[in-house]
Amino acid sequence: MKIVKIDKKTWAAGIEKLTASYRLFGPVKEGDFHNFKELGSGEAPDLDCLNTRLSAKAIIYPQSENMFEYSLDESREDHHILKEVDTDYSPRAVIGIRPCDAKAFELVGLNFDTSEYKDPYWIKAREATTLIGLACSSPGSNCFCTTAGCGPFHEDGLDALVVDTGDHFLAKILTEKGEQLFAAAGWKQEAKAAGKQIEALKQEAEAKIASSVNTDNLSALDTTQLYNASFWEDVSFSCINCGTCTFVCPTCWCFDIQDETHGNSGVRMRNWDSCMYPLFTLHGTGHNPRGTKLHRVRQRFMHKLKYYVDKYDAGIQCVGCGRCVRSCPVNIDIRRVCELMNSFDSEKDTCAA
Amino acid sequence: MLSYIDKIKEISSRLLKDGTVDMIIGFRRGTVPMMNEPHFAKTTGDVEQLVWDSNCGINLANYLANRTEKIGIIAKGCDSRNIVTHIIENKIKREQLTIIGVPCKGMIDKRRINAMFDGEILQVAENGNTITVSGDGFEKKLEKDDMLQQNCRLCIHRNPVIYDELVAEQVEEQQDIDRYADIREIEALPPKEKESYFTDLFSACIRCYACRNACPLCYCPTCFVDESRPQWVGKSQDPADIKTFHFLRAYHCAGRCTDCGSCERVCPVGINMRILTRKLEKDSFELFGWEAGLSMDVRPPLDTYKPGDPDDFIK
Repeated sequence: MKIVKIDKKTWAAGIEKLTASYRLFGPVKEGDFHNFKELGSGEAPDLDCLNTRLSAKAIIYPQSENMFEYSLDESREDHHILKEVDTDYSPRAVIGIRPCDAKAFELVGLNFDTSEYKDPYWIKAREATTLIGLACSSPGSNCFCTTAGCGPFHEDGLDALVVDTGDHFLAKILTEKGEQLFAAAGWKQEAKAAGKQIEALKQEAEAKIASSVNTDNLSALDTTQLYNASFWEDVSFSCINCGTCTFVCPTCWCFDIQDETHGNSGVRMRNWDSCMYPLFTLHGTGHNPRGTKLHRVRQRFMHKLKYYVDKYDAGIQCVGCGRCVRSCPVNIDIRRVCELMNSFDSEKDTCAA
Repeated sequence: MLSYIDKIKEISSRLLKDGTVDMIIGFRRGTVPMMNEPHFAKTTGDVEQLVWDSNCGINLANYLANRTEKIGIIAKGCDSRNIVTHIIENKIKREQLTIIGVPCKGMIDKRRINAMFDGEILQVAENGNTITVSGDGFEKKLEKDDMLQQNCRLCIHRNPVIYDELVAEQVEEQQDIDRYADIREIEALPPKEKESYFTDLFSACIRCYACRNACPLCYCPTCFVDESRPQWVGKSQDPADIKTFHFLRAYHCAGRCTDCGSCERVCPVGINMRILTRKLEKDSFELFGWEAGLSMDVRPPLDTYKPGDPDDFIK
């Protein structure tokens, strides 16, 4: 693995060079918040951003994505035939993605890219994307990544990890995609001995993570007993069933498919769905197995912290970015719910089945 | 307002103990600065978790609709007006409720305070009219009166309009408030500019529907945006569909909205959709002399017909 030193003076020029071969995305401040945006010429990612309001999820998996188009005009030979839409899968790169958001793509991949099922839109976009991470030297107070299978210098999902040392950047090149991007940017000054410095900064950053979750007991718990636990009424009471937690979450992947027809032509699209919504899993009969607020709230936490754990044996479906904690309008805190679940004792739970 | 909590706990414990209510709806301490969580207490032990400070901006009337228990509810001026509206609209019965009124001096604007600091805010402490904001390497004292949510700055009904218990002496109502200066500015814009104003206003919307779901008025069994047979509104990020949602929702609140500010407070992307509801509130006042939720004995203007109702919009 190669480490490259980048003089901060050459950073902007390198980014500019990349625009010749990549569509670039990065965190940009808009109003009071940072969000990921496609960078225009001369526009630089804002590396001072603690983290973006929404995750980087939408760069690979947009909130609304057209999949097919069709015509209802019967004078056309191809009427009523779904045709794949032309989507731009040219190389793109995300500069300044945090390790939690990159790791989230790995978790989502377990669902969208399996030996059984392949989601072509997600896979093509993921393959087209190079992720250049920015290590977190000052994590936020609601970040709990180190106990959620991630960390401020975590490398999973990234093609390169950039570390700001103050004077300059050090970059660990992690994949061939990363190599290619660094070659295109002209950043090639090797810093062979810098590994130790990065390791020291990593430990310093990890020590700053003040928030945590315990997940050690989740897989051993009985699913039905946990499902019937009495604490769900308390957990779900304040929930207003908005989609904020699921939309800001980098690992929430549910979508809903819609056809939209205007006149004689239309598109088949998919839009982010949310387990908080009344239409989520509503059956054609009108029955909804998750018909109440309690059902929906429980679904969200059981999916992330129990079903996913059991199905993939790859930890929880959460990277500890803390967005849902910060954005929930009524302050439902996944750390608190995780603790209730992890420490659940069916013997002591009066209302458990 | 901090001193209210002892009285709130005392009343709550008494009501639970003597069986007057099955549950108390209030707030418990949040896990992040400037946030408290709506919470129910069913035992005197639960009551210990209740808190009251300037971060109780969520409208608790939203938690009442269609409940069947006997409920003690902690109500600021705006919450109490929405309770009245709920009673008028048959969403809850007056007999079910014991209203614990809280004379309110306003809630602080967490979004504005967050935006004032570059570093992350780690603690916000409140003492009288002083709000102390601190983080890594900074501490700043702010006057609470300068930091209120806009709806609280403009509030002219701080005292509960209906209550069974009152946790403190009534507070003085704010006088000479011009509630609609910003609305008049938008009214005066030429149509094109108005359109682009609204396009900008809603450009960040992610359709999470937090504004709708935090609103006590939005209790339709199926919201028009969730109708699927037939579907009325597109589901994508098309700006026309986003605006359709916001405009129609606002119209559904006409003559009912109390400007409690919950919609704006809960918006994860900071949209001031109150611009729409306040325009309708202004119209309700100017056309019908109506302010929502002040009386249980008068039917709302859009609920009834009077021969003198204004009709010069019919051309």
